[in-house]
Amino acid sequence: MKIGAALCVLLLSVIAVHAAEIATADRKSGFEFMGRDTQAMQTDDTSNPGMLNVLDGGALWERPEGADKKACASCHGDASQRMKGVAARYPAFDATAGQVVDLGQRINLCRRDHQKAPELAYESRDLLALSAFVARQSRGQPIAIADDARSANALMQGRKLFNERMGQLNLSCAICHDDNWGQKLGGTSIPQGHPNGYPLYRLEWQAMGSLQRRLRNCMIGMRAEPFSYGSSEFIALELFLMQRAQGMAMESPAVRP
Amino acid sequence: MPFKVEGDAIQRSLTGQPGDPTEGRRIVISRQTGLCLLCHSGPFPDERFQGTLAPSLAGAGTRWTLGQLRLRLVDGRRLNPDTIMPSYYVLDGVVRVAPSFAAKTILNAAQIEDVVAFLSTLRD
Ligand code: HEC
Ligand code: HEC
Ligand code: HEC
Repeated sequence: MKIGAALCVLLLSVIAVHAAEIATADRKSGFEFMGRDTQAMQTDDTSNPGMLNVLDGGALWERPEGADKKACASCHGDASQRMKGVAARYPAFDATAGQVVDLGQRINLCRRDHQKAPELAYESRDLLALSAFVARQSRGQPIAIADDARSANALMQGRKLFNERMGQLNLSCAICHDDNWGQKLGGTSIPQGHPNGYPLYRLEWQAMGSLQRRLRNCMIGMRAEPFSYGSSEFIALELFLMQRAQGMAMESPAVRP
Repeated sequence: MPFKVEGDAIQRSLTGQPGDPTEGRRIVISRQTGLCLLCHSGPFPDERFQGTLAPSLAGAGTRWTLGQLRLRLVDGRRLNPDTIMPSYYVLDGVVRVAPSFAAKTILNAAQIEDVVAFLSTLRD
């Protein structure tokens, strides 16, 4: 009885703290906030500009690289089989690296350790192409971040960063993406901020870009100093965003305004 | 510029002068300086892009005195500790500010006075 009451109070206080988190049934991909034309551009592979990048990635997948002249395909074979669902599991704890890595970093670990080739820079054409090619194999697959004690700290840090105010405007990610999604910021609809389409083609960039590039855009809007590419903060935020979107369908390469 | 909060208002002009409402209007609709229309809407028929995160500014001059409007802009947290409206004229309590904005308030004293003067002209 007493324990029941205490538990009740505890639950209530937990709910109060996270009252603004989006209920699973209410989650919507950024896709649903776009106009019809942009949606059509994404769903039709012949008009989706991101597919060019995926094709480039397919060629890189087959191309021998580095000292050992090995291609990704030499070890991994048919990507449509072997990479299916993989992007939907990243970021993930990586035993070789001894830390949580995102998909781009995992690919670079293969470049370094398995191909003996130089790592590819963040936002470089080739890394985006390989990431988009690998992520394309997960299209329609549900996001499936593993429940892994080794990534618990990163997940906690990501949640904290998402809810923390920063920058000259003193806003948090949660203020826009949990509390005010669906509202208009200036003329723009605020989406829920899900990571399920990346890497994607953004019309404003007229280019492919990573999730971290998108997060930098939001931080610049907040007049905050963006975290640097590959920083533990960004990996933690990416992990939290993926966990927050657990079960949602992957869309890469998506198109966004 | 020091200021004194009395109740829910700052009575004295930050510059000692009244602001310029024409300049204040320009600041309010600007996406680079005031940023108000990111969140607010208002009586600005020519502005296509207005926000829905905050109440309309229409009639603000009827609802609030000059002193109340001044405090709302200078540090709205004094009125509502959880407000999402940025504090336009105080520096404390912000972290990880981009270097180009570091140690600067969003608006300066003269701009605050211009905006206050403009808002006070917004009567229903
Ligand atoms: C002031 C409101 C605001 C804040 C604060 C903000 N964002 Fe955003 N965010 C937006 C808007 C608006 C868009 C959509 C932009 C567009 O379509 O042009 C967006 C887009 C995104 C997207 C892309 C979603 C998609 O479908 O591709 C992600 C992810 C995201 N934000 C994450 C974040 C994170 C993480 C933070 C905190 C570091 C943050 N945002 C802070 C307003 C905000
Ligand atoms: C010499 C063999 C080899 C080559 C070449 C190679 N990989 Fe790997 N890859 C591995 C092994 C082995 C693993 C498992 C992790 C480990 O032991 O490093 C792996 C893991 C991965 C994973 C994570 C899979 C998962 O289920 O989590 C991805 C993604 C990946 N590789 C992509 C690539 C890409 C893209 C390339 C080409 C740029 C590439 N790999 C080249 C051997 C290779
Ligand atoms: C990030 C969003 C945001 C921005 C930017 C913003 N405000 Fe606000 N403002 C709010 C919210 C939300 C309220 C409602 C009260 C509260 O929550 O504190 C508010 C309240 C007000 C009020 C009182 C409203 C009333 O009449 O009841 C005034 C006046 C006001 N803001 C003026 C401005 C001006 C002028 C600017 C630009 C210099 C501005 N605001 C920028 C979010 C914002």
